Amino acid sequence: MTEPLLKVRNLKKHFPMESPIPFKKSTQSVKAVDGVSFDVFPGETLGIVGESGCGKSTMARLVNQLITPTEGVVEFKGKNLVGMKAEELRNSRKSVQMVFQDPFASLDPRKTVGQLIVEPLEIHKIGDKQSRKQRMIELLEVVGLSSYHADRYAHEFSGGQRQRINIARALALNPDVVICDEPVSALDVSVQAQVINLLKQLQRDFDLTYIFISHDLNVVRYMCDRIAVMYLGKIVEMGTYQEIYEKPKHPYTKALLSAIPKESPHDKKERVILNGSVPSPINPPSGCHFHKRCPVAMEMCKTKVPELIDVENGHLASCHFIDKQ
Amino acid sequence: MPEELLRVENLQVEFRSGLTTTKAVNGVSFTLNKKENIGIVGESGSGKSVTATSLLRLIPEPPGIISDGNIFFEEKDLLKLSKKEMRAIRGNEISMIFQDPSTSLNPVYTVGNQIIESIRTHEKISKKEAKQKAIKMLELVGIPSPEKRINMYPHEFSGGMRQRVMIAIALACNPKLLIADEPTTALDVTVQAQILDLMKNLQDEFNTAIIMITHDLGVVWETCDKVLVMYAGNVVESGTVEQIHDNPMHPYTWGLLDSQITESVNNDEPLPTIPGSPPDLSQEVRGCPFAARCPFAQDICFSKKPEMVETEDNHYVSCHFQTKDKRLDRKEQQNDRAIVKG
Repeated sequence: MTEPLLKVRNLKKHFPMESPIPFKKSTQSVKAVDGVSFDVFPGETLGIVGESGCGKSTMARLVNQLITPTEGVVEFKGKNLVGMKAEELRNSRKSVQMVFQDPFASLDPRKTVGQLIVEPLEIHKIGDKQSRKQRMIELLEVVGLSSYHADRYAHEFSGGQRQRINIARALALNPDVVICDEPVSALDVSVQAQVINLLKQLQRDFDLTYIFISHDLNVVRYMCDRIAVMYLGKIVEMGTYQEIYEKPKHPYTKALLSAIPKESPHDKKERVILNGSVPSPINPPSGCHFHKRCPVAMEMCKTKVPELIDVENGHLASCHFIDKQ
Repeated sequence: MPEELLRVENLQVEFRSGLTTTKAVNGVSFTLNKKENIGIVGESGSGKSVTATSLLRLIPEPPGIISDGNIFFEEKDLLKLSKKEMRAIRGNEISMIFQDPSTSLNPVYTVGNQIIESIRTHEKISKKEAKQKAIKMLELVGIPSPEKRINMYPHEFSGGMRQRVMIAIALACNPKLLIADEPTTALDVTVQAQILDLMKNLQDEFNTAIIMITHDLGVVWETCDKVLVMYAGNVVESGTVEQIHDNPMHPYTWGLLDSQITESVNNDEPLPTIPGSPPDLSQEVRGCPFAARCPFAQDICFSKKPEMVETEDNHYVSCHFQTKDKRLDRKEQQNDRAIVKG
């Protein structure tokens, strides 16, 4: 068995809330990520799905140490990133890069594309001016743009092209892991398909490992090898994409899957429509966080927190009634 | 015989700024019957939203201008009405829901205020009665404890709840036509399913016709009877959902259908895409607007704009080539892929 590239153990992030009384320390906090553990193996794509507010993006930022976790361990190639010195951290960040959701907000409007792509190389003091430029042109071609684009500014590009620029920036330092936080959500379907194809191509060419965050279940199925389903800061189910899509165990996963719009007008599918929306992560419901919206919830779910257990061959789910369904 | 509610003929909308004129909508025609749902699909910039906002004459003028065409709503030509007459129609006979529920509600008024405003603008009833009606509307759109919620501000609602409030405002005056501009794009799939379900149920109750603007074909299959496929300000194909899904005729529609990721897509092969990007609408496009990206384009496509042709009952397509070869090519491609999948 191969060693995991990235090990995440019991990762937590609680954002303290401002106290209503001045100078008094607040006791409440938003539990954005509340005890998440998973492994990422080299060359695979781990998908993370869930509704807005379930902690997907916070987790992405925690893995890359863009925000400091309250508790937990993020081990990359055997070294714990949590609590690492700034300089050391910068060094390991070379290998863990990010692509963000909004291609309109994530590029500096005052820099040319060339400057934007060279920036990571400058920060990490790699090469001289000449070789950086060489690398920049190479990267532009890798992501399907041309060298003449280098002198243009971000606003001159369409959403899909901007996302390509973001990908080029992420690849500049030859990373091992790329964390993609909703990279195609802001794009049109046909452009979305182009960017997804590009990401897959790059994964093959450069042996990349992806953590792919999305709320679009069809995109995740196409992109990912394994999928983790998150609900209110916790992973409720995790398994290979076949297991998740064909044999979902957790009622939340089932509801999510049944909410995917139809594939054709002839498709008559039975819906599990969830009532309400995700509860507040400040005071999450007692017991199983999902019990208030769960179609099969029992008395026991209100009091006892279900553990994430292995259902079969590494397919994990946290529900009291997995066997009974 | 279904009764006709809306007829749009050769609608043209331009945006003029300085020396450039951008033709956002270039000759759109369609009809909509009572209680019918029509979906308008296309990529960003294809003119879907401009078409819909022009129906209510909400295009900012200037720089926008509806330069040609007719919009008949129950035999009234909307483009010939005065501003006052138009106001009586907006929100009363035709309502609209917008994409982003967090920016379309006024943050400084309570939700109740905003529903009451809509009701009292069009109906002569007392504040008290209007409030009663507002509570009833909130209840209908599935907001729990409406008597309490009516006094709350939009920021106290979640995205899905805000969209429900928008629907309550839109349906408060029992409109004959509801225009929904990407109503679920900003929402999660689970909430999207709730909202689409709600819209379907309310349609049965209010007998409203719906124009659903979306880029998600799944939403169209779910909710609509008919579809218009728009590209660069033109309708390139129109027909019933079954016709468009089972027997698409325009190469752009194929591209759109193929680039959707569905269950049947194999993970190991690249997704089919449409190469290139849409034309710049501030330049005059000669010939077929899709020609530059079309895999079947011939010389004629670059010089002559194709007409809308009826290929089967109520299925229209604008393409020079109606030959079977083109379709066979696509069938073969699909079969090849099916074989690979095995």
